[in-house]
Amino acid sequence: MTGRFEIVTAGSAASDAPAPATPKKVSHLGAPPNPTAAALAEHFPFALDRVSVIWGETVVFVKANAVYEVMQWLRDDPGQQYDYLSDVTAVEYRDFEQPLEVVWHLRSIPFRRFLRVKVQLPKRGPLEVASVWPLWKSADWLERECYDMFGIRFLGHPDLRRILMWEQYREGFPLRKDFPLRGRFSRAEQLRQALAQNPETRYSMEELTVADAFEDLPEEMRKRLSAGERTGE
Amino acid sequence: MGLIAPPDHRTVSYIPETQEGWVATRLDFLVNWSRANSLWPMPFGTACCAIEFMATAASRFDLARFGMERMSYSPRQADVLICAGRVPFKLAPIIRRIWQQMPQPKWAISMGACASTGGMFDNYAVVQGIDTIIPVDVYVPGCPPRPEGLIHGIRMLQEKVMNERIADGRIRDEMNPDPSSQLYIPPAAINELGEPFGNSVHQNRSAP
Repeated sequence: MTGRFEIVTAGSAASDAPAPATPKKVSHLGAPPNPTAAALAEHFPFALDRVSVIWGETVVFVKANAVYEVMQWLRDDPGQQYDYLSDVTAVEYRDFEQPLEVVWHLRSIPFRRFLRVKVQLPKRGPLEVASVWPLWKSADWLERECYDMFGIRFLGHPDLRRILMWEQYREGFPLRKDFPLRGRFSRAEQLRQALAQNPETRYSMEELTVADAFEDLPEEMRKRLSAGERTGE
Repeated sequence: MGLIAPPDHRTVSYIPETQEGWVATRLDFLVNWSRANSLWPMPFGTACCAIEFMATAASRFDLARFGMERMSYSPRQADVLICAGRVPFKLAPIIRRIWQQMPQPKWAISMGACASTGGMFDNYAVVQGIDTIIPVDVYVPGCPPRPEGLIHGIRMLQEKVMNERIADGRIRDEMNPDPSSQLYIPPAAINELGEPFGNSVHQNRSAP
């Protein structure tokens, strides 16, 4: 694992990588696709749904059950080396028949390429997709945010909890189209639930800044905390 | 030059020639005067209002002129909580806890439209005014208020402090939630959480 992470310095890109340049006069549709798309079509003919190029950025639609293999190949293949996962998010369209899309933004630093991978999840089925956390650790919080806002479950994520809303939040997934802007509960009920969230009981020692001051705490409190008790319980 | 200080009606007697070093005044006035001119703020900056708050504290507007140069990052040593910015529901218990950890006497300034009313964020995530969580003494309007606006609010608070009377105990009354409700936090928990803060490790909330 450790060998893969090499420090990227200026000029360390692959010899055949295009020189960095600001693209000019990019057409809306029909710009040349990222060469990765053709390689993907060759390696995963059954997993690749379609490829589109929008404003010069290549979007590949992948079948939901093949996401992990495709991602692993994109990361590990010496001709691709997508070593940086910059975003995981989701899109829901206003048209109810349109499936929900999960989007990954990948960047290959050695080849100076950008690739957008999408998976379509029909709303009638379970909103589940494989987690890419074992491939890129940056997926940890990104997938938690995506779960928090859209309710998509990332299978294999080590700690899939809400990240923006508090953990006992019960009103649903705020960025879904069927979620009312002001939430589902009354303001009084929202405030009551928010005040009762008791954050100290929900976060581990590592997450609380109290961990930094652990050595300075009174001995009795240290004993209780190291025995696993959480403050405020 | 003709500049004569107006007679201060609050000072009962002060004749330097005959009664050197001797002043008589109301205790209320003396206590309030010292409190009003040494308000240590607890900055609770969550958004762009905090930028204006920082500008107010910096050299151009210079909050130190009002005895507020010392930002108290420990609620234990703070007198006035200045909430600068929107408060999401996730922060609601935190601002409430900070308020409970502040010792009496304490005041609160709600700075800006979001802290006062939720402002433009009439949505699922933002508290519609911090006065639904803690009692507020002064609301400063603006989005964000200019430093002059905040200073005006602080001057209003000082005026309010100057008009307080020790004999009137009601202004120090704190309403605590019903112990059987989920909202109640036992005093031991409030005190415990304050322990790691700064140089006030052994300082606890003053008795109610």
